[in-house]
Amino acid sequence: MANNSNGLELTVQGKEKKGGSIVLKIIIYIVCIFLALLSVLPFWIMIVNATRSTTQISQIAISFIPSTHGFNNIKILTSKDTFKPLLGFFNSFIIAGGSTILAVYFSSLTAYAQVVYEWKLRNAFFSFIMAIMMLPAQVTMIGFYQMVYQIGMTNNVLMLILPSIAAPSMVFFMRQYLQPALPIEIVHSARIDGAREFFIFNRIVLPIMKPAIATQAIFSFVGSWNNLFTPMVLLTDKKHYTMPIMVSLLKGDIYKTEYGCVYMGLTLTVLPLIIVYIFLSKYIIAGVALGSVKG
Amino acid sequence: MKKKKSYDYARFGYIFSIPFVVAWCIFQLYPILYTLVIGFTDLKGIGTKNFHVLWTTPFANFTQILTTPSFQTAFKNTVFIWLMNFVPQIVLALVITAWFTDRRSTIKAQGFFKVIFYLPNIITAATVAILFAQFFQYPKGVINDVLINLGIFKNGAVDMLQKKWVAQGIVIFIQTWMWYGYTAIVMISGVLGISPELFEAAEVDGANQVQTFFRITIPSIKTMLLFTLVTSLIGGLNMFDIPKLFLNGKPDNSTLTTAVFIYNQAFAGSYLYNRAAAASVIMFIVIVVLSAIVFYLLRDKDEVALRKLIRQQEKAYKRKQKGL
Repeated sequence: MANNSNGLELTVQGKEKKGGSIVLKIIIYIVCIFLALLSVLPFWIMIVNATRSTTQISQIAISFIPSTHGFNNIKILTSKDTFKPLLGFFNSFIIAGGSTILAVYFSSLTAYAQVVYEWKLRNAFFSFIMAIMMLPAQVTMIGFYQMVYQIGMTNNVLMLILPSIAAPSMVFFMRQYLQPALPIEIVHSARIDGAREFFIFNRIVLPIMKPAIATQAIFSFVGSWNNLFTPMVLLTDKKHYTMPIMVSLLKGDIYKTEYGCVYMGLTLTVLPLIIVYIFLSKYIIAGVALGSVKG
Repeated sequence: MKKKKSYDYARFGYIFSIPFVVAWCIFQLYPILYTLVIGFTDLKGIGTKNFHVLWTTPFANFTQILTTPSFQTAFKNTVFIWLMNFVPQIVLALVITAWFTDRRSTIKAQGFFKVIFYLPNIITAATVAILFAQFFQYPKGVINDVLINLGIFKNGAVDMLQKKWVAQGIVIFIQTWMWYGYTAIVMISGVLGISPELFEAAEVDGANQVQTFFRITIPSIKTMLLFTLVTSLIGGLNMFDIPKLFLNGKPDNSTLTTAVFIYNQAFAGSYLYNRAAAASVIMFIVIVVLSAIVFYLLRDKDEVALRKLIRQQEKAYKRKQKGL
């Protein structure tokens, strides 16, 4: 008897627990869907409004159905001779591309020096990299600007590209990746075959690092593409303006009443990123997670 | 012969590190030192190349900055905005982490949710700032429209951005919205890295989900929480893009952050490079001190003790070897 009732109680308890978890599950899905909508809606409204005329927007500001005035908005936008999406795209592409290539190449090289060679200052140098990893660019900007200004290079894009050679956090990541991934025997056997050290790095080690390079390249590129502070300080010549500076021009008075135009301008700056994200999101999310484990 | 060759290889460690060191010295070390120097000079005005160190009153710029009301406001705002976005961000991230890593009930479409949650982080902050400024336009904006239709604004459109707390609140919201997804993904990957045996043991011992989360999950990702705290702190104290382009510090300096203050001092009309440099140095010191405090407070005490023990034993061993 006692046994029986005990068993009954247990099943009742079990059922209750299951019921509770279903309610919890529903709550979790509702919250997650709400957050997902919160992430997407602002951009959806932006894209929809980019296709609506200024008159439409001033009648009803919010809509979820695209209209047909997209091309007209682009026409008005570019006719003002201030916001030039193609030029901004080109400039950003050169700067982000150049600094990404330099950053991944030299970070890999520095990491390789850490992993393969036994040198006296190796550990000291690594501690140094760890220490400078979190140094923010903003607090050094005045000195950087004055230095660049005095050598007359303020409108030279090289000043935005070359600093990427020293990317401490990327060196850290590359080192963590390379340490278990590189079989040292490969380096030894290449040496026996008479390969030079530099050749070994370029032809044997870089291909091994491809997955790490790909992830880091994405983040470096996006980071540089989105950077507003440094280009805004250094670039005064309109023909060098990057995408984020172009975006900041949309705040100007000439676009004040052109709602449709502003939304179109914003959309044009975001669209390349969204397209890239659709294709690479898997790697980007994995990269965020990976960087954290190592960091 | 062979020994000499291995010595040669060590040389490449230095050679391959040269580009990094050179670039770092030119583009980071020199600017830091130069910023520090400018903080003690009279360098101001557009196109000025000559400047003098203020030998008689070396700290003039620093005292000037520290007593400027707008810098004080900017500093308070920066700390307030950071704190108010960090707390909900970490709570939300931890809740999502708890849900997504619960071993007893699996949430479907996690990958999809992660991708969507992270989306705002990858979009240019400059674009986000101006997009939100558009949404809050007066009198015809998306938010005004929605609130009027919902019957919340009964007397027509309201110029919300003129209210200090609304402006600050929106900046806080944008920062939280852009970063919680990142933090959640970092935390989830940290929890997935915890040995499953720990959770199994907790289950066997009869711990419920809440207990497991607070007693096992949180302590296991302590280092990761610390790392997130420090990076968020540094990023927060340098917050620039959103406050600059959203309202440029308006209304009444309520969204003015120290980074925006520094930029406006140096590059937006007044060209007071010396003051901006002094403010930068002050922020630099604040960041270094705060990071050091966080690291010190949250350091792994067991690990420190262990290291100490190892060092002592090494010393004892060496002494023994020397025959003392």
